[in-house]
Amino acid sequence: MLKGTGYPVYPGIAVGPVFVYQKQSDFLPVSSQGASIEKAKFDAALETAKKQLQQLFLKAKEELGEEQAMIIDVQMMILDDLDFLESVESMIQNGASAAKAVLDSGELFCSAFSSMDDEYMKARAIDIKDISQRIVKILRGDDSSVTITRPCILVAEDLTPSQTVQLPKDKILAFVTKQGSSNSHTAILARTMNIPSLVQADISLDNIHGKQIIVDGFHGVYYLEPDEQTFSLMKEQQNKASQKVQQLETYRGKASITKAGRKINLFANIGNPEDVELALAGDAEGIGLLRSEFLYLGRNSFPSEDELFTAYRKVVEKMKGRRVVIRTLDIGADKKADYFGLEAEENPALGYRGIRICLMQEEIFRPQMRAVYRAAAYGNVSVMFPMITSLWEVQQIKKFCTQIKKELQAENIPWGEVELGIMIETPAAALISEQLAKEVDFFSVGTNDLTQYTLAVDRQNNKLNRFYDPHHPAVLTLLAMIAKNAHKAGIWVGICGELGADTSLTEDFIQMGFDELSVSPGRILELRKIICESEVSPNERI
Amino acid sequence: MKEFKHIITDELGLHARPAGLLVKAASAFSCDIKITANGKSADAKRIMGVMLLAVKQGCEVTITCDGTDEDTAAAALETLLKENA
Repeated sequence: MLKGTGYPVYPGIAVGPVFVYQKQSDFLPVSSQGASIEKAKFDAALETAKKQLQQLFLKAKEELGEEQAMIIDVQMMILDDLDFLESVESMIQNGASAAKAVLDSGELFCSAFSSMDDEYMKARAIDIKDISQRIVKILRGDDSSVTITRPCILVAEDLTPSQTVQLPKDKILAFVTKQGSSNSHTAILARTMNIPSLVQADISLDNIHGKQIIVDGFHGVYYLEPDEQTFSLMKEQQNKASQKVQQLETYRGKASITKAGRKINLFANIGNPEDVELALAGDAEGIGLLRSEFLYLGRNSFPSEDELFTAYRKVVEKMKGRRVVIRTLDIGADKKADYFGLEAEENPALGYRGIRICLMQEEIFRPQMRAVYRAAAYGNVSVMFPMITSLWEVQQIKKFCTQIKKELQAENIPWGEVELGIMIETPAAALISEQLAKEVDFFSVGTNDLTQYTLAVDRQNNKLNRFYDPHHPAVLTLLAMIAKNAHKAGIWVGICGELGADTSLTEDFIQMGFDELSVSPGRILELRKIICESEVSPNERI
Repeated sequence: MKEFKHIITDELGLHARPAGLLVKAASAFSCDIKITANGKSADAKRIMGVMLLAVKQGCEVTITCDGTDEDTAAAALETLLKENA
């Protein structure tokens, strides 16, 4: 048995086999083992690529519709294209390795497309690049599409947002990563999925694939190949934990009302449309934060308005009239996709991100806002904007929204009214919340960023964990101030950051006057219990 | 040899989807099928060649079929282009 530690990001115990998610190696076999061997390798890789694409095609067809699936279909045709095949084969005949021939042929056609003066055709260069990289990956021996067939505990160096979106979430019992912080993407995902996970784990990825592991998310410990005693002890704890969850079941379906009669809305934070199931299973009364990033990451080009609309509509329809708060794209240099063309920055947290991108690049903002208004024709939709610091930003957004509504009306496209809200996550927004409240329908406090910006502590830096204190009086004072100013203007105010689920503060939040708490789906019943048992009342004088 | 002309109406031109449909349909016939536009020609059975012609909306393409099943091929492709491009 090997015992090790990690920083726990979600409580619970998981037991299962290790699945090592390896980083792709940069090794490219360039020397040819002879034309006939390389040709055979290429043919085999081609078959594998076709099978992968076939699966992807079916997945895309089901999730995104026929039109989007055709893009994959065209990629499959490229694999059959004689121009492409002949180019690869002649390079192999001339002494190139299969991998090199594919890469170079891909480059050749890619540059032919990217030199065209047609924007649409230019974009096809990416399809060809995608295809040739897929084959090269297969030739290199790393399978890019992770095929996880049985429930497992995923162990990795670190996971990027684009990697996590492609994971089969129903088969993952826990995450263990060597890197990442308590606010990393993996941590957020683990919380949404209610699975115990460790980041910053002291674990070696060598020779552990398939071995049994126990992850103790209560104590930040893992046991590799546990002995019998540890195994039964952990199993016992796992049962206890699930019993505790069972006891909370009595609160399912109940209203979240304090003894003094104050109603608190308990909403869920989710990262993509599939998570709606988790929100419903957790008994969420609505969605308080639907992150939009999932639609933008893990792909090569911007999603179309229709894709955005389809995804939003799915969530809205599944929530059947309950409120869904969509947050517009919150992306920056630390969380990005290459096609955005964002430059590396000295200080990404203070840089070109969030609403700043949307205000500067209308071509990104417009399809998203049109999709939001269109989805509102199918249910109760609110939208909120991240990283607000100034009044003019809000006024500009409002003007833009009015314009979007007019456009849709003129085009005879069905749309619905949308409540407009802002995230309060900068000290600037908190301090001018009195003025901002007069402009919008609601506030949602992003406590993670509010803490980071108030305390000047980079939340991605794990070394600073002890300085990152969301209970700091400065943060709590701002929270009370935000709630007070919201109510003065007669609008509702919620919390959608991690702090919303901090049970030691739930009663403080009720006292401050917060109307809504949006948390990971798995935390809702726990909070409802506290609210229902609470005897405190809002105290506007704090 | 059988030949027909068609003007592309799709606003994106002969983009990936219709190009894909055309190549798939063309590949089902044994005759040689050529597509000509903007003074350039390509084998209609090869997707990259067809896409590289960069056929835009309003542009006229000529499809030439040459071989045993040229009549059925030309008729089928003409219907396909009318419906999809």
